[in-house]
Amino acid sequence: MTADLASARRVMIRGAVLTVLGLLGVGLVMVLALAYTPEEINQGLAQKIFYIHAPSAWAAMLSVVLTGLASMLYLWLHDPRIDRFAASSAEVGSIFCGVVLTTGPIWGKPIWGTWWTWDGRLTLTLFLFFLLLGYHTLRAAIREPFERGRFSAVLGIMGMVLVPFIHLSVYLWRGLHPMPIVLKPSAPSLDPQMLRTLLISFGVMTLLYVGFVTLRYGIQLAHDAREAADAS
Amino acid sequence: MGRALRLALVIAAKDIRLELRSRTSLLSASVFAALVLIVFNFARDPTAVATVDLAPSVLWVTVSFAAVVAMNRAFTVERENAAFDGLLLAPVDREILYLGKFLANLAFVLVVEAIALPLFVLFFNIDLGGALPGLLITLLLATAGFVAVGTVFSAMVVRTRFAELMLPILLLPFMVPPLIFAVKISVLLLAGRPLSEVAEGLRFLAIYDVVFVTLSVLLFSAVVDE
Repeated sequence: MTADLASARRVMIRGAVLTVLGLLGVGLVMVLALAYTPEEINQGLAQKIFYIHAPSAWAAMLSVVLTGLASMLYLWLHDPRIDRFAASSAEVGSIFCGVVLTTGPIWGKPIWGTWWTWDGRLTLTLFLFFLLLGYHTLRAAIREPFERGRFSAVLGIMGMVLVPFIHLSVYLWRGLHPMPIVLKPSAPSLDPQMLRTLLISFGVMTLLYVGFVTLRYGIQLAHDAREAADAS
Repeated sequence: MGRALRLALVIAAKDIRLELRSRTSLLSASVFAALVLIVFNFARDPTAVATVDLAPSVLWVTVSFAAVVAMNRAFTVERENAAFDGLLLAPVDREILYLGKFLANLAFVLVVEAIALPLFVLFFNIDLGGALPGLLITLLLATAGFVAVGTVFSAMVVRTRFAELMLPILLLPFMVPPLIFAVKISVLLLAGRPLSEVAEGLRFLAIYDVVFVTLSVLLFSAVVDE
């Protein structure tokens, strides 16, 4: 029992270290973006937010996919560790979704002339956010751990399958969104400075995702250990 | 296969018989649909907005809200007297149990739609013309998609606190793709476009149905088996 708490603490410390490294990385990306990348000719300074925005969207998508895959594994193996990971990943995913949904409009106001528009990817992110909120609401409403695991796994799998459908359905509205410039068939049409900063930021956000999830996992571990101690 | 379908129909018939005797959910969902339609009519300025511009969204808002009201009942009726335990003890596979529940829910929501559609035509003074067959296919395909997901979710939410509030929260994102397509198709149909022009949209709805009915059949046992 105390061993459980001790191992939970170890996981939390590991998570905290990774998170701090990730946050320092975000600071580095900001410095790089503001001081070392050239200014985009049409969008000016507003484009700088893109170095935070796009990698956060990547982290959000990563978390939804990993939550879905973990959910499938959970229904197969019934291992509480997988459930804990799925929950942590979903929670971190909603944070990144929140970042995407706030940085997006800040960029959209000067460039599109409006805070919000029903552009395809914007709508997708919004519903992703709702999906994740639903996931947390469901978990919060169930006490019994095994039942909570099974139900949220079902939702996690369904959510993962839903994403391409939402994507397809909103894509058919002509979007205002900038078209892909890095992951496209021809060579990336991006200034090398910009590309480097962007790639660093993708790495940093992935690190931050891992850090957050590890930290959240450790907190849940401590929570479960305490609950088990209280029960016995 | 024939036996599976027959068993599913037995379960569905049980639900429908139960509802026909009490009529509470059917009545409340229908009255709810009528109220939504009426409120929309008062909110519209008839000189500024043409009915045909507003009608498709009104139809689908009504349908989706009424569907949630109707679907909430699927497993709440089973909670009383632990009726669901009896159903689980019955010698049928979980997949068949799901199909039965799905068919009953589908029948249910379709009945509510069958009541709402004439009211919609009447209140909004819609000239359906040749749009009716296409509209009926769209209603069936779109409804089947979110009822499939809703049936699984309603089995989950009855086990939680605040069950009735939970279903719309979980279901909303899953209603989005079928609703977007259904609205787009309805806009075209009510504008008098031919069925061939909406074939792509109908195909999307059909794919959504196949994917989510299959997924729901596979996942249902994870919801009900402890």
